Amino acid sequence: MDALLLYLGPVILLFIVLGFVTYAILAERKVIGWIQGRIGPNQVGPWGLLQTVADILKLLIKEDTIPKNADRSLFKLAPILAFVPSFAVLAVMPFSSRIQFANIGVGLLYYMAISSITTIGILIGGWASNNKYALLGGMRSAAQMISYEIPLVLSVVGIVLTVGSLNLNEIVAAQQKTWFVFPQIIGFVVFIIASVSELNRTPFDLPEAESELVAGYHVEYSGFRFAFFMLAEYVYIFAMSSLTTVLFLGGWNAPFGLTFLPGIVWFIIKFALVVFFLYWVRATMPRIRVDQLMQFAWKVLLPLALANIVITTLLKEVPFFTLYY
Amino acid sequence: MIRTEEMLLNVGPQHPSTHGVLRLLVKVDGERIVEAEPVIGYLHRGTEKLAEDLTYTQIIPYTDRMDYLSAMTNNYAIVHATEKMMGLEIPERAEFLRVIVMELNRIASHLVWMGTYLLDIGAMSPFLYAFRDREQILDLFNELCGARLTYNYMRVGGVKWDAPSGWIGKVDHFVTYLQKQMKEYHQLVTGNEIFMQRTKGIGVYDQETAISFALSGANLRVTGLNWDLRKDSPYSIYEKFTFEVPVGEAGDLYQKYLCRMREIDESLKIVAQAVDDFPAEGKIMGKVPRVLRVPEGEVYVGIESPRGELGCHIVSKGKDKPWRLKFRRPSFYNLQILPTLLKDENISNLVAILGGIDIVLGEVDG
Amino acid sequence: MSEEDKKPPVRPKPAAKKVVDEKALPPSPKQPVVDDLVTQLKGKLGERAVLEGYINQPNDHLPTLIISQEKWIDVLSILKNEPDLHFTYLQNASAIDYETHLEVVFHLHDLNRKERVAVKVKLDREQAVLPSASHLFAAANWNEREMYDLMGIHFTGHPELKRILLPDEWVGHPLRKDYVALDKEV
Repeated sequence: MDALLLYLGPVILLFIVLGFVTYAILAERKVIGWIQGRIGPNQVGPWGLLQTVADILKLLIKEDTIPKNADRSLFKLAPILAFVPSFAVLAVMPFSSRIQFANIGVGLLYYMAISSITTIGILIGGWASNNKYALLGGMRSAAQMISYEIPLVLSVVGIVLTVGSLNLNEIVAAQQKTWFVFPQIIGFVVFIIASVSELNRTPFDLPEAESELVAGYHVEYSGFRFAFFMLAEYVYIFAMSSLTTVLFLGGWNAPFGLTFLPGIVWFIIKFALVVFFLYWVRATMPRIRVDQLMQFAWKVLLPLALANIVITTLLKEVPFFTLYY
Repeated sequence: MIRTEEMLLNVGPQHPSTHGVLRLLVKVDGERIVEAEPVIGYLHRGTEKLAEDLTYTQIIPYTDRMDYLSAMTNNYAIVHATEKMMGLEIPERAEFLRVIVMELNRIASHLVWMGTYLLDIGAMSPFLYAFRDREQILDLFNELCGARLTYNYMRVGGVKWDAPSGWIGKVDHFVTYLQKQMKEYHQLVTGNEIFMQRTKGIGVYDQETAISFALSGANLRVTGLNWDLRKDSPYSIYEKFTFEVPVGEAGDLYQKYLCRMREIDESLKIVAQAVDDFPAEGKIMGKVPRVLRVPEGEVYVGIESPRGELGCHIVSKGKDKPWRLKFRRPSFYNLQILPTLLKDENISNLVAILGGIDIVLGEVDG
Repeated sequence: MSEEDKKPPVRPKPAAKKVVDEKALPPSPKQPVVDDLVTQLKGKLGERAVLEGYINQPNDHLPTLIISQEKWIDVLSILKNEPDLHFTYLQNASAIDYETHLEVVFHLHDLNRKERVAVKVKLDREQAVLPSASHLFAAANWNEREMYDLMGIHFTGHPELKRILLPDEWVGHPLRKDYVALDKEV
């Protein structure tokens, strides 16, 4: 039974994630459509429910083109390198007190470490395409993701200090009374900004800025390979929203003792709110400029994250404060 | 020792942010622009040559296709120059209609600029809001002359169609509506921190440079020069209306944005006044001979189009067709400053600066 | 006057006669301006610099000067740099083919005084050469390229005199009256 679950579980999760991606894309188009006073897709299936299915089908039956001067093996490798880590990070995510695939001690660290690999995929994709726009997009992407990983990691150190563990289950368990979004408000703000940047979404979508770089690193990709990049992007939305929920919004814990709903439902509600927030930002903000992006990471977010660590340490260690913390 | 090479980047003619078929040959060092050279002419249709074989009335639809975002002002440029040479009297009702449609067209053009500019900078929603509001202007024009972009509305001596019943009321309603909407735009865009970061202090030039490059429109006014042909060499009935000319100070992109937004406000004021004073009845065509023969001579008149000074230079030899017709196309003049502005800029400022100039390629290429 | 008394028939006759009327127009209020310009320029550059100065009455009494080809740049330079003239704004630049000769017109504008002036120069059709004014007016750069492209006027000293609207390999200059289009139907 256990062995069966070991092999079947990830497959089920993969389908859940694919289902999520299908409807996350539709939801994004619908939500942004409504924000902009449009209807959004409504032709394929009722309320456009099959729109993404049709889109994916189209991508899958498209001709697979590889530019003549591209580095063929790297060109083929890049989408896989970008996608696999996005799925691998989901292993440690506790969706409820029982649904989790690997309860490892360094879960948070695992997430941060594995998700960095995607950068290499994007960089390789940009380089192997042998296209100037793709190269610029890839370079920007690498610079941006490396810069923003630092505040991202540092912003959660406060939580790690408070809980005393890197295990995501214990982090959720520590939020039974108060969610970390309140005591760790600075960390939360830094984390949200850095995570939007990690996801390459507006206002930090420079690697694929369509008005400057046409489409950035995946400009030469089409069909199935392009679908992989898109998939990686949306699976990361899934993963990052889950992580935000787990770290700051109390995971599957019910707020105000409203325990009549099962933990997984609360998880989904919070998760959906985070996803909606991402769409909302996308519909509102212009794109930040590349040098300002770097300045923002190093001069604003990094000091804030460091200050957050110092404050957390003081709150935890100085006896006077610990009464209230 | 790491050696970096300069890279030649071909922006356009199918790049999404060149607003048409402009091609920029950009030499970049990393993300810094070393040199930029605009290559134009992809949309050249030889309007000036074609016009030599057309009668004055036949030329009007060709002008629609130059600055296709503001065809009404183009129509006016050619009919105004012709009327000036022939010394025609225009009925008051026709002049009112002309001013109303020209100002509405200016608003529509600025709305498109605002939307696409924000799209260049990466904000998606203002574009759709702007197009939603512009759509109402296009509907008004559609009702008036049956076309949404290429109106062919004006004629030498007046206008082709009278306002249908209730049309003036709809214009009035639209003015109130847009005045309310403008607040929403300001809330969404004007105070946005990222937008300010992207535009403040970028693409700056001083007044002397602007005059030397013969910039016009908001591109000139942004340097602090109060210069608007509607005020400074008044044509049509603009002297009847009170309005201000928005002027910037710093000469940067943010001020350009503010200038254009305030121009929308001022245009709305003009339309509101024109609607209030609109003559209840009257003719829409003056006394015009059946065949337009323009007396021998030449005339140059400039009018204020949304993009700047749109001039029309007619040389006539007394025939029913012009001997030579030359359009002073504001986008063509304004685009010339681009290489100067782009030098040593970051490549992500490229689209911001290019968008700020507000070119229409149909006009650049004639 | 007898022309005026006769009511025109339903279809007015060709308007060539209007030229006669124009001669009868009262003197323009701008006449002193153009006289002053002519004397000033002649005083500085010699009698032969300005060939003619007149007022273009239908065009809002626009002072118009016809300049000799040799003094073209000098005249533009004076018009631009002289403090009390200060025509710094190149409003328009056109080239016209009159079949007997070519003509280049610059419409200059002084934005402070709101004064305008049109300066013209006549060129030989076969050897249309004119010194470039692009160092005086930055705006002249593309305009001269356009005139070269469409009218075939060579501007000496221009930093980059090549076709601007038409493809580089184009043959001929379309705005010349003797230009033969490849496809007559167009």
